[in-house]
Formats: sequence, C-alpha cells, structure tokens
Amino acid sequence: MRYLPLTPDDRRVMLARIGAPDVDALFRDVPKPALAPLSAFNLPDTQGEMEVERTLSKLAARNVAAGAAPFFCGAGAYKHHVPSAVDHLIQRSEFLTSYTPYQPEIAQGTLQYLFEFQTQVALLTGMDVANASLYDGSTATAEAVLMAQRITKRGKTVLSGGLHPHYAETVETVAGLAGVVSRSPVTPGSAEDIIALIDEDTACVVVQSPDVFGLIRNLRPIADAAHAKGALLIAVVTEVVSLGLLEPPGAQGADIVAAEGQSIGNGLNFGGPYVGLFATREKFLRQMPGRLCGETVDAEGRRGYVLTLSTREQHIRREKATSNICTNSGLCTLAFTIHLSLLGEEGLTRLARINHAKAGALADRLAALPGVEVVTQAFFNEFTIKLAKPAAPVVEALAHLGVIAGVPASRLLPHDKACENLLILAATETNTDDDFAALAKALQEVL
Amino acid sequence: MSMNNQGRPTSSGEAFPASIATISGDRGLDHEEALIFELGHGATGVDLPDVKVPDARLGGQRRKSAIGLPGLSEPEVIRHYVRLSRMNYAIDAGLYPLGSCTMKHNPRLNEKMARLPGFGDLHPLAPHSTTQGALELISQLMNWLTTLTGMPAVAMSPKAGAHGELCGLLAIRAAIAARGENRKRILVPESAHGTNPATAAFAGFTVDEVPAKPNGHVDADALKAKLGPDVAAIMLTNPNTCGLFEGEVKEIADAVHAAGAYFYCDGANFNAIAGKVRPGDLGVDAMHINLHKTFSTPHGGGGPGAGPVVLSERLAAYAPVPLLVADGKGLRLIEDQAAVPAGAKPFGRMCAFHGQMGMFVRALTYMLSHGRDGVRQASEDAVLSANYILASLKDVMSAPFGDGPCMHEALFDDSFLEGTGVTTLDFAKAMIDEGYHPMTMYFPLVVHGAMLIEPTESESKASLDRFIHVLHTLATEARAKQTERFAGAPHLAPRRRLDETAAARKPVLRWKPDVLKKAAE
Repeated sequence: MRYLPLTPDDRRVMLARIGAPDVDALFRDVPKPALAPLSAFNLPDTQGEMEVERTLSKLAARNVAAGAAPFFCGAGAYKHHVPSAVDHLIQRSEFLTSYTPYQPEIAQGTLQYLFEFQTQVALLTGMDVANASLYDGSTATAEAVLMAQRITKRGKTVLSGGLHPHYAETVETVAGLAGVVSRSPVTPGSAEDIIALIDEDTACVVVQSPDVFGLIRNLRPIADAAHAKGALLIAVVTEVVSLGLLEPPGAQGADIVAAEGQSIGNGLNFGGPYVGLFATREKFLRQMPGRLCGETVDAEGRRGYVLTLSTREQHIRREKATSNICTNSGLCTLAFTIHLSLLGEEGLTRLARINHAKAGALADRLAALPGVEVVTQAFFNEFTIKLAKPAAPVVEALAHLGVIAGVPASRLLPHDKACENLLILAATETNTDDDFAALAKALQEVL
Repeated sequence: MSMNNQGRPTSSGEAFPASIATISGDRGLDHEEALIFELGHGATGVDLPDVKVPDARLGGQRRKSAIGLPGLSEPEVIRHYVRLSRMNYAIDAGLYPLGSCTMKHNPRLNEKMARLPGFGDLHPLAPHSTTQGALELISQLMNWLTTLTGMPAVAMSPKAGAHGELCGLLAIRAAIAARGENRKRILVPESAHGTNPATAAFAGFTVDEVPAKPNGHVDADALKAKLGPDVAAIMLTNPNTCGLFEGEVKEIADAVHAAGAYFYCDGANFNAIAGKVRPGDLGVDAMHINLHKTFSTPHGGGGPGAGPVVLSERLAAYAPVPLLVADGKGLRLIEDQAAVPAGAKPFGRMCAFHGQMGMFVRALTYMLSHGRDGVRQASEDAVLSANYILASLKDVMSAPFGDGPCMHEALFDDSFLEGTGVTTLDFAKAMIDEGYHPMTMYFPLVVHGAMLIEPTESESKASLDRFIHVLHTLATEARAKQTERFAGAPHLAPRRRLDETAAARKPVLRWKPDVLKKAAE
C-alpha cells in the first residue's frame, strides 16, 4: 500500500523489540468476539491511484459544474472567480499539513495569517474585533445567538423572515433548547415590521442583509429599537462581497456580525467546507466563541503571535466554556485572507460594483419578459423574481435546457404558498451577456 | 583559501557566528515578515474594470467610508504568504507526534479529486438532476462509514468532531424526549477530551465526571454506580485518551442500556481500530468520526474538519435533515423537516446545506485507495509504531501504566523528570530544536505532566528509530541533570518562547494604523 512505509521485515523486527508474537497481541484488551475478520467488511480492497482517479472522475462527470453552464444560483453560496494564486498557496505543505498552532514557536505562519484575517474581518464588517473563524455562516449565527443569550441573560430570540431558512433552522435547533426562538413571517421583497416583536425578554434580533430574497435592509432603526429594550442586534451577511459596496453592519449599530465568507477565496464545494466570520464589539470580547489570535513578544522581544484568551475555550474550561467548538476553518480562512489581500481596497470595491451592475442588468432584462416580475427593488447581486407559474418545475425544465437558473424559493420555504412562484437569482462577475441571453431565451421557452 | 579562475572562493571559509546580527534582520532562508497591512502601498493583485453604479437600487445603503484594506500586487502577495509558510512545522516536513490529533500523511490525490469541477464547483442548491454524482459519492461514503463501524445509519452534516458530538447528543435528547422522559445528567470520564463536557453543557445537560482507575482505564464500577433514572448518556472515548482500549466496554454498554441511557462514543481514536473492530459490536449508540484524523483529510492549520455521526437503530430516526434518499428518479436530499419518510423524526438541522463535501471527496478517495485491507493495515501499523516507541523509551521515560501494550499512542508522565528541574514543557520545547514538533503535553489530565506520542502509520522504521534516538538521548541527558538544552528552549525556531500571559492580559487582536493606536493611548 503506497501510503504505508513499514515493510513486512520492519514489522517483524519491531514486534521482536516489543516482545509480541504478532500484531493481534497488541490488541489484547479488545474482547476476542469484537475482533472482526477482514471478511466482515464488505468493501473493496486497495486500488492504485489511476483506478481511484477513474472512479472519482466518473462521479464528478455526472454533475453539472457551475462553470459549465449559464449559472445563477446564490441563496447563501456564490460563484466568484478565485485567482490562481490562492489555491496554489493554500496547497503549500506548511499550510495544508500543519496542525492548530498550539506550539507558536513553529507556527508563526498560521498565527500571523489568522491575525491578519481577524483584522480584515473587523475592517470589512466595521466591528472592533473578530475571531479566527467558525465553521460557516449558519453555525456562526447560532453561536451569535447563544452569545447574546449569555450577555443579556435573556432567552428570547427574534429571527427576521428574511434570514436564510437553513440559518433559521440551525439557530432554532440549538437556541431553542433553552430559550424561545420566534421567526417573523416571510415578506419577499420588502422589510417586515420586526421591531414590533422586540420586547423586554428579547436577547437578540437577527437580521440578514442583503436578505435571502436579495433585499438590502436598513439595520439602524432595528438596532436602535433593540438597544432601547436592552436587546442586541445580530447582523447576518451571506454574501461578503457586498461589504465592498454597502454600509457595513458595524456602522449601523450591530452588536455581533455573523457572516459566510465563502464568496472570498473559497469554491462552492457543494455546500462545504466554508468559513464563518464572527465579529463583535470590544466590550463583548470575553463572551466570544472560537479561537482568537493575539499579538505578543517572544523571549528576545521580537513580535510574534499566539492563540489567546483560551480560558473561554473547551480544552481549558470544559463544561464552562463559551462554546464546544474546537476547530476553526483554518485553510478556508487562509484562502479568504489571500484572496482579500490580492483584491485590496481597490479590487474589492470594484468587484462589488461589478456584481451590482451585473445583477441590475439581469434584472432589467428579465423584467422585460412576459410572465416575470422583479420582486426585489434594492439589492446587491441577488434578487427575486415572481413567475407566472411554480418556480421549481421551471428550474428543472431550464436545467434540461442547459441553464442553471437559480434557487426556487420553495426549496427553502416549502410550506409558504406565497413563495411557490418565486425564483432567487444571483449574478456575479463570472456571468457574461451570453449567460443572460441564454437564461432569457430559455425562460421564455418554458414560461 | 582556494580560488576558481574568476576569483570566487570555493572553500567553505570561516564559520559565521550565530550571534552576529545581520543587516537585514533576516538569516539566510529565515525571513522576518511584516504584516500585510504594513506592506500595502496602493497596488492591486487583480485586474478589474472600474464600473460606476448608481445609488438607485442600493436602498440608501452605499458604503460611506473606506474599508482600509492594503493593496499589493500578485508577486508581493505570493512572497508574503510563502515567507509565512516557512515559519510553520508540517507533517510533510517531519514526524508530527501529536497524541490524540493523528497527524498522518495527507495523500495529494485526495486534493486533486476534491478540486474536480464536478465537486469543487458545484452549488449546494443546484437542481438534484445536476448533482447525482455528488449525491452518489455521499451515499458511497455513508456505506463505508456504516460498514466500518457496524452501525445502521449515519448523519453526514456535522462540520467537525465537536459538531458531531453535538449532533449525537441532540439525537439522544430527542430520543429521551420521545419516550416522555427527562434525563439531564451525562457521565464523562475525567480523561475525556474537553469537547465532551463542553458539548454536554452546550446541549443542555449537566456533566458528572467518572474517575479513572490507576491503570488508566475508566472505573467501570464507579460508572455503573452513577447510573440512574436521570442519566441520559455516557460519553466514552475508546480507545481512550491514555491510548488504552477500554476492555470492559461491552459490559459498560449493557449496564448503560439497562439503565435506559445511551452510549455516546467519542470516535477521535477510531484510527486505532478501523478495519479491525466495529463499534456497533460494542453497544455504541452514536459516534462521530473525525474524517480529518482517521481518513486523513488535511488539518490545514486548524480546519476545516468533518464529523459525520454513525447512529444505532435506537437513534437513527432522530438524525437531522438533510436526509439522503433514493427514489425512482435517482438520489434526492430531503431538506424539509416536515416531509421526511415515515418513521423519521429529525431533531432539527446542524448547519446550512449538507456538510463538508470537500472533505467527503478526500475521505472517500482515501478509503478507495486503501481499501478495507489497507485501512486495517493502517490501524495495525499505527498501533505497532506506538508500541515500538513505548518499548524503546520506557527504560528512560516513565510509562504510567506499566508494561502492557498501548493502542495507537504511547503515554508518558513526568516522573522521570522529577528532581531534574526540567518540566514537560521544557522537554517538549527541546524537541523543537531537534527538528520535531512536540508531542501532546499535559493531556490527558489524569496523568501528571502527560506526554502523549502518536506516531501514526505514516512513519518508516528509519524515521521512528531516529525519533527514538533523539528522545532517548534527551531523556538520558535530563535525568543526568545536563539541562542546558532545556532551559528556555527552543533556541533555533523562528521564535523563542512567546509571552502568552501578556497576550491575554492586554489583548491585541488586530492590526491598527499607528494613528489609531496613538489615539487609543
């Protein structure tokens, strides 16, 4: 087996040093009936690299990659162009095959990029501090709600109807254990009156902007209303490229920002791994979940970085930790930070404007089609249209015509009749005029 | 001094004293590297057109101030991150004996397969008809995981080991609620990973610690005595964190079940027994599998991981959405909690979408490459290598649990350092100067000054012998009170020991421009 360096001779010599007759003698604590013979496992045997590559390639070929068709899916995961340097750099052995930087003397590479990442996230979101990442945007949102419950010592959570339904379900699953989670009704294309739901028992209100239908929300009045009742505003961002063009949540009074960072540096990967961004105000620092990297000096006075404030974390505090989280999204974090370094201020703001311009052009084009109504008026790179018939079969029919037209809202909200004819579409820098023409043509055929 | 015909000296010349400061601050291949924010100068690493957009569709929310990101060209960005990378230790560069963390070889075929456009460039909400190959891959991986563990079901969406623990405990919580019972206590051995008690608390349970016996095994009698009508589950790591297989596991499972509770197994150490022992045969109800440990998806400096959870018949119905099902049209994800097949009672949802697909591709690639025989051989080699280290070092280092064999990791305590003035930390940091990453230190907590060494199956005998020679010599010197290597080690790494106390006392968690820093002061 090509990955196993020990030879049969090596094994014999090693067993002799140990003083064991055979390798099963080393498994002597395992009850005999529990030692399964190889035949107990109905699975294939070792294969060469070429055979395995053939098998996996066949499976991959049965999928339609986003880059292989006119493509308009968003709803929490976005297709962007990732510069070649990003994937090349994250595959360096020293990044790819290192562990969590618990030995800082020989992990300054990881620690310094985490420190840079934290700075980038704080700048983008307009917040004071950010952690070294969580699993993804949805779990970051759930962690934000639990953090707000700890800070306010209150149990009620109010979710906007515009919060991505998967995020809402993730929050309900964990925050619903000890508290009450209420979801505001869905109002595609307009902002609901969420302020009316905030009361003295409310720990936090969770609002996504742009929301799942693409609508840009004004967070300031919600923040003011929440603060007036002693509650916190959690702002959720699923498309972080939007922060290159839109006012950041930190400037609108958000107390915690939970975001999905996939759009920068990371591929679609059929849903994971992604990278959860988590930022907050300085005063809430010690209630944060996840890893934090801090600056310090070494014994010779040289600047260096370490994981810090770990007394919040499970490996020190065990059942009293702020979260059970152990890992972060290390390599996805690195991809994010490299891509953002390549973009810089000028690149990110240009990229964001291109995305908005593309989406506007697509919306105008689709609005001109009979049987199509654009529902979202203020949007970044994603908007919702209402069709003359149910959207899910339309999307399937378009897929057969070679166009991946977007996400039918009914896939996310299957029980909301008002969503049945809604289609959520994203346009990014990767879309061309030919893509738009193909979509318009196919849509006309199907409608 | 000899010269070649251009006048260039060809002999090595005089040694350059290590103490001499260089002009640049760099030393040969070791470069100091500023923060990206200190390097930016208004360049850009991408070429994008400068498109203007009107305010009309921005809802009055156009950004009013600059972000503050630095601008660098591509060559500058590449050089920055390449220089950073060279300050890291990595399994590709040397033996990485972190016990409990399983730093094994990461095959590059896995990386290549995960980047096939059909997997890497696939949207999670694309129409099912366009994702059949991806769903088939998940289905095949599920088959491998359930077959290797002897369990009937698996939940794929948890994003890491601790997330898998949460998934397992939430399934247990739902099963208890479905029985109309209220069980709040979870028994956790004191040798457990910190995530176990943290997860139990996170899921709304109280934690009751079970002591270890002097031989490193969980005290089964103490555990059984703690069982009662309010106990929801036990969380047991097997093989445990002392590197020992809990031989009484079946009796423990039977007692737990008789008391109406569930058996959660922390599968962090499954890599010792994969292909040899099926946890389903031991009475396990739920167990997460760290794909980044046992099935070698890269650790990536701390993630991403993946933590699918295998479930027994008693818990399978409570698996979270999405569920993968086959119907006449092929494979399909059921994402709606209200539209699940008869009998399914999902407790909720762990995360958006359906799990760490990128890690699934890598793990299945690993499994197909190894095959069942290779998986079994890998477990045996990991156990053999750990025992070889234990047998080769126990004359100079102290093994707290006697002469018996260990599983995939060898545990030592610090009693061999008693009276030397050298601590476990000093000993481990001296390994850095020898070109090795330290072993896991001060864990598990049941042993004083613990040193937990996990060589994995990826080391050749020559590599193990060299490592043993270095540790043997270090231990011999320490015991002889030749302590100069240890005091203040490491001496030869990119950094000396870092001041963690200062970092925590006055946290600096982001870069700020000098003007902001001064304003803050």
